[in-house]
Amino acid sequence: MARSVTTQRKTINTTIAWIIGLLIFFPILWTILTSFKTEAQAISDPPLFLFFDWTTENYSTVMERSNYGRFLWNSIIIAGGSTLLGIIIAVPAAWSMAFVPSKRTKDILLWMLSTKMLPAVGVLYPIYLLCIRLGVLDNRVALVIILMLINLPIIVWMLYTYFREIPGEILEAARMDGATLKEEILYVLTPMAIPGIASTLLLNFILAWNEAFWTLNLTAAQAAPLTAFIASYSSPEGLFYAKLSAASTMAIAPILILGWFSQKQLVRGLTFGAVK
Amino acid sequence: MSLKSTLCAATALGLIAASSAYADSHSPSITIATVNNGDMIRMQGYTDTFTEETGIAVEWVTLEENVLRQRVTTDITTKGGQFDIMTIGMYETPIWGAQGWLVPLDDLSAEYDVDDILPAMAGGLSHDGTLYAAPFYGESSMIMYRTDLMEKAGLEMPEAPTWEFIAEAAAAMTDRDNEINGICLRGKAGWGEGGALITAMSNSFGARWFDEDWNAQFDTEAWANTLNFYKDMMDASGPAGYATNGFNENLSLFQQGKCGMWIDATVAASFVTNANDSTVADSVGFALAPDTGLGKRSNWLWAWALAIPAGTQQEAEAKQFIEWATSKDYIELVAENEGWANVPPGARKSLYENPEYQKVPFAQMTLDSILSADPESPTVDPVPYVGVQFAAIPEFAGIATEVSQEFSAAYAGQQTVEEALAKAQDITNEAMEAAGYR
Repeated sequence: MARSVTTQRKTINTTIAWIIGLLIFFPILWTILTSFKTEAQAISDPPLFLFFDWTTENYSTVMERSNYGRFLWNSIIIAGGSTLLGIIIAVPAAWSMAFVPSKRTKDILLWMLSTKMLPAVGVLYPIYLLCIRLGVLDNRVALVIILMLINLPIIVWMLYTYFREIPGEILEAARMDGATLKEEILYVLTPMAIPGIASTLLLNFILAWNEAFWTLNLTAAQAAPLTAFIASYSSPEGLFYAKLSAASTMAIAPILILGWFSQKQLVRGLTFGAVK
Repeated sequence: MSLKSTLCAATALGLIAASSAYADSHSPSITIATVNNGDMIRMQGYTDTFTEETGIAVEWVTLEENVLRQRVTTDITTKGGQFDIMTIGMYETPIWGAQGWLVPLDDLSAEYDVDDILPAMAGGLSHDGTLYAAPFYGESSMIMYRTDLMEKAGLEMPEAPTWEFIAEAAAAMTDRDNEINGICLRGKAGWGEGGALITAMSNSFGARWFDEDWNAQFDTEAWANTLNFYKDMMDASGPAGYATNGFNENLSLFQQGKCGMWIDATVAASFVTNANDSTVADSVGFALAPDTGLGKRSNWLWAWALAIPAGTQQEAEAKQFIEWATSKDYIELVAENEGWANVPPGARKSLYENPEYQKVPFAQMTLDSILSADPESPTVDPVPYVGVQFAAIPEFAGIATEVSQEFSAAYAGQQTVEEALAKAQDITNEAMEAAGYR
């Protein structure tokens, strides 16, 4: 039964939600504002919030200095490729764990997750040497595979959680109607788990988009994505905060827009099965 | 989206990525890894001139200093071959040169005039007398001070002051009500940040990192004097939170008129005298880094230099670029387009003989600072290492980062100076023992 909520309580809840939302969004807002300041305004004390001479000069400088299009394209390929490849591998894996569990399923899931606990730098040299041996340093395909492997445990875990919410009887019924394994996964399970798959897809795309350790260490001039683009504007010897902010805004803009348009899907997927 | 179309999309993405990687690998070009600072960015702007002259295309990989250091170290130690030219400093060059990881620059053309490179720079970028990296620009450290505040305090800055004078002047210039701190110094953890400042400062107090048998020396009176002097002076006249201030934080404070004095890299002189960014541009004076009368000043020596990793397929092209970028002609090119104050400083003798450059207000002090630093004999007592604000051994970066973290904790009041020094002593001795020096 739905609880009745007083108007006063609603107002308080909404205000708290807005404050928390603004607090979380503030660093991004500050970065965007700084990107429209001059370098001198960017470091002024007290800080300038809205009343300053707005300039787009930093964006012109960044566009002139860097090949933004190439960085963006690399990010799309790497994040998109690794996410799609991860989903293709994770759907059957999660299916088997959710609907045909063995004695060791839980152990396997935990083991998969434990690989996320290893600091990335611990395997930097082996992976780097492997890439040299295979001739795939500074190569988008290598990064697609590496980021897919890094995010695979999360993808499998998320899909496993969604699949567990789907009654096994429906799949059994499909089997009794003569559906093959492939048909069962493709035409019965997948359509039912679309919200979960979509949110997994989006979340992993964001994770891959923001990944900075491997994308900085395994790329040079050809395959460098937007993380390298941002890193090229950071400097411990020189105040380039306004330019750095412009570069950061340009790097996060695509993912912010994607997140904005898909927020309903994302929230629905993330809370899928959370409330019964 | 059906699984089938997802699979198709993934395959298509893979093919696009693979095909463009293949196409890219056939472009005739050299790849240069560099840092993001003013002079390097300016050089990138002139790349087209080089390409027009030589037909060699240039790809830049610009990274933040610490990221770059990790990136090029990984690449050179694994022979990754990602870069044809690397921007490295005085710390890495002799170590990597000794390992045979760099191409010796012993066959540069006569027009390049290798003898024109300042001896301090050439010495710091060589191993066993062979040059392994060509300096793009060099720097030392010096005092930048507010002439108006100094005058108001009734003091006159000597050309070569002592630390005692600096502490006295800092106290006199401090005006907390008007947010003016008498002195701003680095306190941030990191061997290249606060670690560089305190090591250079310790040289002038008669301290050293190691004795001749590689024993740590943090238990000496000289180190206690250095750290106590620094902390007392900064507590009395430094900005709030100085323990976390690095170059950029102090630059920002100085440009906003909140520092009476700032002792830091000579390249900062062009920033603080630039009226577009600095509110105190017309009232900045310069002096040599202070001493204590023991014969060593507290200025460091550094160069950002271009080196060629051994094994590159583009050695000839890379050498051609290095000769171009570190030549006298390049300096002329920048001067012609952007003025003499913006040319890369500290690398060539001829620059300081140029009457036009002599008009730049900080030119002579930069040269004097560079010339007064001696990486071969950086300390009062003899040491087994080369380097002023570092010891040119592979283990130093790791040890000094840890030690500087202990020092920063002492500056922040999280532990005493004595505790920080005791920990530094243990950290250093343990690391040196593990590395087989002791």
